[in-house]
Amino acid sequence: MSDINKDIAPPVIEIGVLGWLRKNLFSTWYNTVLTLIGLYFIYLIIPPLLSWILFDATFSGTTREDCTSDGACWVFIKQNIKLIIYGLYPSDELWRINIAYFLLAVSIIYLLIPNLKFKGLVGIFLLVIFPIICVFLFSGGLGLENVETRLWGGLFLTLVIAGVGIVLSLPIGIMLALGRRSKLPVVSLLSTIFIEIWRGVPLITVLFMASNMFPLFMPEGVNFDKLIRALIGVMFFSAAYLAEVVRGGLQAMPKGQYEASQAAGLTYWKMMALIILPQSLKIVIPAIIGSFIALFKDTTLVLIIGLFDFLGIIQFVGTNPDWLGFSHEGYVFAAAIFWIFCFGMSRYSQRLEKKLDTGN
Amino acid sequence: MRPSRFSNFIFNRNVQGTFYQAITLSLVILGVYYIVQNTAENMMSRGLASGFHFLGVESQFDIGMTLIEYSPTSTYFDAFIVGLLNTLLVAGIGIFFATIVGFAFGIMRLSSNWLIAKIAETYIEVIRNIPLLLQIFFWYFAVLRALPKPKQSIEFMDSIFLNNRGLFLPDANFNEGTSVIFYLFWITIIISIFIFIWSKRRQNRTGITFPAFYVSLALVVGVFFAALTATGFPVSFDIPELKGFNFKGGMRLIPELVALTFALSMYTAAFIAEVVRAGIMAVSKGQTEAARSVGLKEGLVLRLIIIPQALRVIVPPLTNQYLNLTKNSSLAAAIAYPDLVLVFAGTALMQTGQAIEIIGMVMGVYLFLSLFTSIIMNLFNRIMRVGER
Repeated sequence: MSDINKDIAPPVIEIGVLGWLRKNLFSTWYNTVLTLIGLYFIYLIIPPLLSWILFDATFSGTTREDCTSDGACWVFIKQNIKLIIYGLYPSDELWRINIAYFLLAVSIIYLLIPNLKFKGLVGIFLLVIFPIICVFLFSGGLGLENVETRLWGGLFLTLVIAGVGIVLSLPIGIMLALGRRSKLPVVSLLSTIFIEIWRGVPLITVLFMASNMFPLFMPEGVNFDKLIRALIGVMFFSAAYLAEVVRGGLQAMPKGQYEASQAAGLTYWKMMALIILPQSLKIVIPAIIGSFIALFKDTTLVLIIGLFDFLGIIQFVGTNPDWLGFSHEGYVFAAAIFWIFCFGMSRYSQRLEKKLDTGN
Repeated sequence: MRPSRFSNFIFNRNVQGTFYQAITLSLVILGVYYIVQNTAENMMSRGLASGFHFLGVESQFDIGMTLIEYSPTSTYFDAFIVGLLNTLLVAGIGIFFATIVGFAFGIMRLSSNWLIAKIAETYIEVIRNIPLLLQIFFWYFAVLRALPKPKQSIEFMDSIFLNNRGLFLPDANFNEGTSVIFYLFWITIIISIFIFIWSKRRQNRTGITFPAFYVSLALVVGVFFAALTATGFPVSFDIPELKGFNFKGGMRLIPELVALTFALSMYTAAFIAEVVRAGIMAVSKGQTEAARSVGLKEGLVLRLIIIPQALRVIVPPLTNQYLNLTKNSSLAAAIAYPDLVLVFAGTALMQTGQAIEIIGMVMGVYLFLSLFTSIIMNLFNRIMRVGER
């Protein structure tokens, strides 16, 4: 009789690895078929890819003659790595970029480590002081030698364009969003028109406009640098998208917040700066990061107007007669770097979203 | 101290509002005036004429792919139309494939099969986080340019050939009698629509169902094949053939078009997959359970309960993706596919120097497409709005 009360272990097929497999991969006959098809696809794609990237690849050497195997020739990337990271920036001045890379990396790592103090200060440093330092570091001044922007290139230029776009477009975007939500009809109409025009056209036409039309807009003799023109275009383009994101956050604010702050006697700007914007920006942080990811990917378009960004320089080194025929390696390398940046940002935004979710 | 009438005046909200608006407006007008003034001076000093007269002038350049008749003696306006049509062609094909692939991956991502869901997730996360331009370059320079010469083409069923000159497809020739089949086909489609309306009305009134779908399918397909046999198969296929060093006959899609549409649809599909997933997940589980508990079959639960509600969530962001795809097709300029931007904002701008008119026209086209789409979307939202309680 004691047998009845004894716990009987569940069937082997319901628990553990076997149970998991059965439940998730082989629950019905068509699931089994799907699993087999999926496995076949993985078999078709992954082993050849891995052997090309790793097992058959050549890592050491200095010329293309060293690449004799069937796999990727990473020597190509290794030999051109200076161009890819710094562009044509003069060799003696590379320390300036390295300092900026270092400061950027340190601040970002600091922001990523949880539970540290003064994160706000580091954030302000990154968004306000760091860009100012960079302007002098990169272009010269204050005793540093001038470096023309046509020598800027590679990953460095991509980060500059993305960075400028991010830092400058956020305040403009916030102002545009406030303008669009404003009760003053002229302000709201002008903001709406501005936002919709930039959002309605592709970035390429904006860049074409920046490189062909801006010179016509300026008085005789005033000549903007090509990079600055592109930056202005990228900035406005991205500001218009951010404005819509921020507007979403403003609309999500309950009306009580507005009424309460007005009842407390705050002026419009105080209400916005102290009550509404902090809360609504917090809601839309993931969406803002989403816009930044899009902006980061879009920076590649500047190569069409003749700037050598990361992708542009990869294309450029691929046309070097010594290294013809290695475009696969170049593209895969570029894709990997872009992917790491973008995927990292999107994962960070997901983490923030969870952390900021206060449950209401 | 009592506030004076003056301070009453300046702290009045309406007065302040008007004041700020007047300042904004005058700043904007001043800015625009400054730009217009500078532009006029610059154009004078460069000897550029403003206006759209150049549209009627001979363009004197050729375009690699044209859907309408075009030659170097055609006008700039013709070049504009050619570019516009090429853009719309890429957008149309791209949207078609992106929708199919995107829905497939979106549904796969929600599959209860762990492996299938992971494959879909990997695809989405990899494709979404790599710049589109890089993907276009990859497919164009690294894949299509590296394809074998026409002699060693990759073949499918002896009628489709892929090589470094492009994709060669069989071309359909319509001989005499096709127009009859064509008209009959549309007539049966219209009849089917009436059958649907009638069966729906009768079902609402009496509750008796009618297999409208199968009846109309049988009608359309049956009449189509009957007409085809009656007229003796007037459609013939022109299959591409290797003659010398290249293919003759059939339809040729240039490699730029193939690379561009492929990259665009793959990229947009990843975004559409996320839209579809979000839409299906937005339908609460209670809906499925309630539908099952009233005794609907699985197929009907999907068709009558889940899909209509999911579509309401899916369609607005979906059209947004279509619009993005259309705008992204302007990346064609980077691989020299003759789209609107390359032909008009590129070549024509170089030749005429009419930067303002040309970029204005190109931006106008994209703006029109955006506004048009958003008007349609607003209509859709108004029609599909749920009766809220």
